[in-house]
Amino acid sequence: MGARVITVTSGKGGVGKTTATANLAVALALLDKKVVCIDADIGLRNLDVVMGLENRIVYDLVDVVEGRCKLRQAMVKDKRVPDLYLLPAAQTRDKTAVSPQDMVALTNQLRPDYDYILIDSPAGIEWGFRNALAPADEVVVVTNPEVSAVRDADRIVGLIEAEERKIPVSLVINRVKAAMVQRGDMLSVSDVMDILSIRLLGVIPEDENILVSSNKGSPLTLNNQTVMAGEAFRNIARRLTGEKVPLLKLEQKGGLLKRLSRLFGSSDSTA
Amino acid sequence: MTSILDRILGRKGLSSADVARERLKFVLVTDRSDLSPDKLEALQNEIIDVIRRYVHIDEGQVKIKLEQRERENYLVADIPLARNQPSSYQTPVSEPPIETGDTKPRKPSDTPDTP
Repeated sequence: MGARVITVTSGKGGVGKTTATANLAVALALLDKKVVCIDADIGLRNLDVVMGLENRIVYDLVDVVEGRCKLRQAMVKDKRVPDLYLLPAAQTRDKTAVSPQDMVALTNQLRPDYDYILIDSPAGIEWGFRNALAPADEVVVVTNPEVSAVRDADRIVGLIEAEERKIPVSLVINRVKAAMVQRGDMLSVSDVMDILSIRLLGVIPEDENILVSSNKGSPLTLNNQTVMAGEAFRNIARRLTGEKVPLLKLEQKGGLLKRLSRLFGSSDSTA
Repeated sequence: MTSILDRILGRKGLSSADVARERLKFVLVTDRSDLSPDKLEALQNEIIDVIRRYVHIDEGQVKIKLEQRERENYLVADIPLARNQPSSYQTPVSEPPIETGDTKPRKPSDTPDTP
């Protein structure tokens, strides 16, 4: 069949691309999919530490592209799940060491043997983004309910739509604080959807456990605890496989006032 | 908690999320079209000039703005005609004809030069 290449991008930095890539990769692997994730952020590699694989890197993406090693030699296996590999970015090289054509060739080499190839795109709209976009069958744009992140997401979506080939784009809204949305101090999911007008793939609540998990190098989706953000990422992974999964309820309890406010449509409390 | 009731009862103005939404909509329309508020105003003035040659309009009420529907952008013009149109308002002969996208190609006899 061949793998589907999904590029995770955002425009703005710090919205949670790498966290999303790591968690989705693990969640997909736990659904018995064969997964490779590629860190396309050359010079600023991070997917390795978030996944907890930093100590096992021998070769990197640039070594592969420049022929210093075979592709399989550079792939780090995550031993905690059945079939998950990381192709790390180079830390000491310039981003121009890899071209969009290199990325297409590299993913084509991987396609026959895997189900999903996730590419963690660097922030910005320049070289690294172009590299990450070139082989994509599908793009997931991560944003936060915040003016600068939404504006940059819009810019990214515009750039993807301007491509000659049609690439499906969907949106993940990360770091949603239900309480702030409720009191009118945060853009709601429907506000963001209304502004960006693209398909919603999922909503991740703000969750302290995310930081705890990256401290430990152990993505939330790895363990089965019922942590809301982990649950939300698992749901997104299932949606990527084509399953229909309803959005999570972000609010634990709904008092009369909250239900009232929902009636008036001023907030959205689902994930 | 109270702010929602306040808003429903109109006790408070816009919430910060409302402000964010409105600001974003405005800035995105400019980003997407590369049409700054300055350029838009110049465009509006030129359009008014052109239309004035043909019909009396209420210039103070003209509104030309960018609007987003789904992921498409539209330039939307609201141009109210003045209430009292002079009975014999004619296109000045000196002005060139205006080609608009939605009209059929003009026949030579339609040009202002021919009597």
